[in-house]
Amino acid sequence: MKLLDNVGRATIEFFEYAGGITTLAGESASFMARLRIRAGETIAQCYLLGYQSTIIVLLTSLFTGMVISLESAQQAVSFGVGSLVGGAVAYGSVRELGPMLTAVVVAGRVGAAIAAELGSMVVTEQIEALRSMGIEPARFLVVPRVLALTIMLPLLTVFADVVSIVGGMWIAFSYAHISNDAFIASARQTIGFEDVLKGLLKSVVFALIIAFVGAYQGLRTRGGAAGVGKSTTGAVVLSIILIFISNFVLSFLLFGGQ
Amino acid sequence: MGTIARLDDVTLAFGDRIILKNCSLEIVEGAVTCIVGLSGAGKSTILRLLDGLLIPQEGHVYVRDRDICHLSEGQANELRRKISLAFQFAALLDSLTVGENVELPLREIPHLSAAEVRRMALDALESVGLAHTFDNLPSELSGGMLKRAGFARAVVTSPELVLYDEPTTGLDPIVTHLITETIVKLRDRLNGTAVVISHDLQSIFMMADYVAMLFEGAIIAYDTAANIRSSRNPIVQQFLQGSEVGPIPI
Repeated sequence: MKLLDNVGRATIEFFEYAGGITTLAGESASFMARLRIRAGETIAQCYLLGYQSTIIVLLTSLFTGMVISLESAQQAVSFGVGSLVGGAVAYGSVRELGPMLTAVVVAGRVGAAIAAELGSMVVTEQIEALRSMGIEPARFLVVPRVLALTIMLPLLTVFADVVSIVGGMWIAFSYAHISNDAFIASARQTIGFEDVLKGLLKSVVFALIIAFVGAYQGLRTRGGAAGVGKSTTGAVVLSIILIFISNFVLSFLLFGGQ
Repeated sequence: MGTIARLDDVTLAFGDRIILKNCSLEIVEGAVTCIVGLSGAGKSTILRLLDGLLIPQEGHVYVRDRDICHLSEGQANELRRKISLAFQFAALLDSLTVGENVELPLREIPHLSAAEVRRMALDALESVGLAHTFDNLPSELSGGMLKRAGFARAVVTSPELVLYDEPTTGLDPIVTHLITETIVKLRDRLNGTAVVISHDLQSIFMMADYVAMLFEGAIIAYDTAANIRSSRNPIVQQFLQGSEVGPIPI
């Protein structure tokens, strides 16, 4: 009976959570459709959530590209196909690691920040104060963050793709003596503009996941400082899990069979 | 004087915990009504019901004879512009300056220009003696100043009904006196109605026209301040005397 009780409780919680986050997304979409957008705040959030994540995204992408190049160059050179290293790095970066790694890094930094900020606003009654003034928290707080992340995450992904490939190219040249021309030619042969666009489409989906999960976790915070910590951790963990799941689904849908 | 708002047989519970049980209360227009009661009795819940932030499981809440329990979000937002809630800890948005906080409710009014919004916010801050803090962040203000800045935000739209949630809690006697005077002054300035939750009896009898006592989820005494002070109700007397002996379980 206890097992059944626990399963029932977990099922109810799951549907409550799913319903809550869907309602928040619906409300936010409704405000965006009616152009009820705080432009100034959206720009400020682009700076806070996007621009300030640049260094960490570039660093992780650079070293990821270098590692892919290092590992693949070793194997490729031993099999006499060193000219394929550029393709391997570009393929991995643009289609998978660029969008996903950028999203994971941003989820850790920005998802946590959104949940912590909104969570502390809940426990200090600031969200209730907004509602008491007739100001919808979804419009005032969530929409600017969703828009900012939807704009900035694809941009960060483009930078991450470029830096990852450049890092890989440098390692391929200095470690395996693969010329930059051969590296670029291999990369261009392996990936096309369509791959870049599909990677960016992934990053838009990841941005929505990070923003809505972070915002919803923050807004459902209960119980003071401990609650804020719990919401923040929950936002990061859930965002990363959903990013991995949706990455598989999107890869299957976008690149399946290719 | 008529009634501006009333709770009619309201029952509200959070989970298994019943906060209000068949609670009824009338708020007289143009008066200062203070609600007293033990900590955790549900006084703040009454303010949130009057502001439409909470909906009772049973009973009705009326503002100007309109049942506010079944309003759409848009209608509720419209109502909240006529009723303001000043929070216990001010609840100013810490990312905005004091001036921007006071301007917030005005920015929801479409036809106001930026210059008018600024002038009205400055007027509201001036009325609580804080015009000089317009560009300060809330974190730069003392506890008493924060509360007064919260009052300025609450009255900036000239609401008909202002709800004050424990405005004097945790303040020294001098600031408590200042806050109490400010509430009366703002009520006179707006020519409106105020509902105040407080534990400070001196402050209550200084400002209240009516006093209501909440006990075990219901209003057990409601009368003019003078009549409450001389009430023979043993619960009221025990509360006013701060005695451990009496019908209130400790």
